[in-house]
Amino acid sequence: MTVTIYIPRDSGALALGADRVARAIGEEAQARGRQVRIVRNGSRGLYWLEPMVEVETEKGRLAYGPVKPSDVPSLFDGDFLSGGAHPLFLGRPEEIPFLKRQTRLTFARCGITDPVSLSDYEAHEGLKGLRNALSMTPQEIIGEVTESGLRGRGGAGFPTGIKWKTVQDQPPGQKYIVCNADEGDSGTFSDRMIMEGDPFVLIEGMVIAGIAVGATRGYIYLRSEYPVTHRILEEAIAAARQAGVLGGSVLGSQYAFDIEVRVGAGAYVCGEETALLDSLQGKRGQVRAKPPLPAIEGLFGRPTVVNNVISLATVPVILDRGGAFYRDFGMGRSRGTIPIQLAGNVKRGGLFEAAFGLTLGELVEDIGGGTASGRPVRAVQVGGPLGAYFPPALFDTPFDYEAFAEKDGLIGHAGIVVFDDTVDMLKQARFAMEFCAVESCGKCTPCRVGSTRGVEVLDRLKNNIEPERQIEIVTDLCNTMKFGSLCALGGFTPYPVLSALRHFPEDFRPHPVREAAE
Amino acid sequence: MQQASTEMVSAVAPIIERWKHEEGPLLPILNGILREFGYVPREVLPAIAEALNLTRAEVYGVVSFYHDYRQNPPGRHVLKLCRAEACQATGGEAVAEKLQKLLGVRFGETAADGSVTLEPVYCLGLCACAPSAMLDGELIGRLDEERAEEIAREVRA
Ligand SMILES: Cc1cc2nc3c(=O)[nH]c(=O)nc-3n(C[C@H](O)[C@H](O)[C@H](O)COP(=O)(O)O)c2cc1C
Ligand code: SF4
Repeated sequence: MTVTIYIPRDSGALALGADRVARAIGEEAQARGRQVRIVRNGSRGLYWLEPMVEVETEKGRLAYGPVKPSDVPSLFDGDFLSGGAHPLFLGRPEEIPFLKRQTRLTFARCGITDPVSLSDYEAHEGLKGLRNALSMTPQEIIGEVTESGLRGRGGAGFPTGIKWKTVQDQPPGQKYIVCNADEGDSGTFSDRMIMEGDPFVLIEGMVIAGIAVGATRGYIYLRSEYPVTHRILEEAIAAARQAGVLGGSVLGSQYAFDIEVRVGAGAYVCGEETALLDSLQGKRGQVRAKPPLPAIEGLFGRPTVVNNVISLATVPVILDRGGAFYRDFGMGRSRGTIPIQLAGNVKRGGLFEAAFGLTLGELVEDIGGGTASGRPVRAVQVGGPLGAYFPPALFDTPFDYEAFAEKDGLIGHAGIVVFDDTVDMLKQARFAMEFCAVESCGKCTPCRVGSTRGVEVLDRLKNNIEPERQIEIVTDLCNTMKFGSLCALGGFTPYPVLSALRHFPEDFRPHPVREAAE
Repeated sequence: MQQASTEMVSAVAPIIERWKHEEGPLLPILNGILREFGYVPREVLPAIAEALNLTRAEVYGVVSFYHDYRQNPPGRHVLKLCRAEACQATGGEAVAEKLQKLLGVRFGETAADGSVTLEPVYCLGLCACAPSAMLDGELIGRLDEERAEEIAREVRA
């Protein structure tokens, strides 16, 4: 009897040796004369357990992990092919508390299916949203998306339905759907995970967007740091074309839609939508003022929907279950679920999709299990390199756009990077300025020059040269950057800097111990 | 040199041909050249400019904007080490120091023996298994000192 084994091909699992484990299992099975079928699935997002191997048994899928190639003989000895006992045995993955506590809507299939098998996708509710959309008018589709309350997951939180309506309202002609897969924020990987683990859901979301606004062409602008993602996307797009999900007649309908992947070239600012569009057109990725909005004058001057990967990948479940179903999750004006990414120095790092509203403390301490180093948590940065640093004193903040804004923070793309008590917040503030200087597109003086000045000032502060004066200058600089920058790179770099200064003032004052240690 | 540059130009001709009729062809062409040579040689820019009806300055402006477009040949191996926050939080800096010592290069440099080029990268999306790196396209998670030593041996071999 052939046993089916799942071993992820997700970048994170590969970085931890999943290919070597797959090879070892294949070879061991052959040596022992056992018939196995290895499926390379996506990751479930429990990275501290990767590579996590699952076996299809009479009792359902059972997991083992984290598996090293050297564990493979003992797994066979323990008869893992029928779910036998082993120190790495984890039981049913759905019962692992980290997964059990989640509400997986966008990530419903991720880690379960073969990411490039369209039949597997369909067997797990795939294409139902698109089929519904094909029986609706474009107005009705946009109505559902608007009703769902979905806000852009790329960081700005703009209502997706309203954006689509603007593009739809433009006169007919060439329009585009552009998927922003530039995912540059440190501490985030949800775009990568869904594109590697369930690429069809993104494709389906883009097709629905195209039908809704009258676009026939889609681009996925993918960052070059994701080569594995690129391969998987290309396989999935080819399969979707083959099956007529993409092409001249989407599932036999009167609609045409096709998608092309374009790879970036390493520039954080190209995640900003106007820079991204310029980059797609083969130019330097320079930010431009809005208006005109990309929805009106976007790619090649044509009306364009620019949406984050997660925004688009959430559309199929909304069209499948209805806008009201999605809207009923969440709190306040933050509706639905958000895939939170727990990263950095955290015991249980990974992807946690949940309705908005969990507190930061629940996420970090309870779900994440605190630090990996075992030391106390001192700071967490939420929302990437432009997000604020929060101390444990703010851990009662609920995960919600408005609640974070109220505390001078942002949820951004929902990454949380955890730091223990060895962190030096002056250094982190300096890094924020340095990063801004390296990645600035150069258009605005406050961003381009202010960030370089910021690094110098913080260096003087570190060397204890007139510390109070430097703090004044850096605060001033931050204000200038905040109000004099065209985009959030220059405009939000003050968040990490000022939050570090405000919540961790002791790191910015003369520090004899640190001086001595260096 | 003359001959080398003629060879280069003929090697990029099919890459240019493949893309020049598509929408927004410049980045795909430069990415193709990067894959082919490991860098974007100055010698090929005029051919691109001509094919796309751009000035050389425009093409150069794009090449110099993006971090990926190295303008000099890299070493036999390319090691990209993540320096962003999630990797900082997990001891990435200490590993980076160690690797720079072991390899005898600073960030942005190529070793004198041509063995390796060390480059910073700001996030590989492996933030839940940090620190991370990419060696010749192969991903590495939970990078520690032991693995750093292995990498150093590997690139020297
Ligand atoms: C410096 C900068 C970097 C950005 N990076 C990204 C990114 O990597 N991915 C993304 O989806 N949005 C990013 N954004 C936000 C985009 O400009 C835009 O708001 C988003 O793609 C819109 O999609 P959404 O409405 O679905 O969120 C960035 C913005 C700025 C200012
Ligand atoms: S704030 Fe910085 S990155 Fe943004 S447009 Fe201005 S110079 Fe460019």
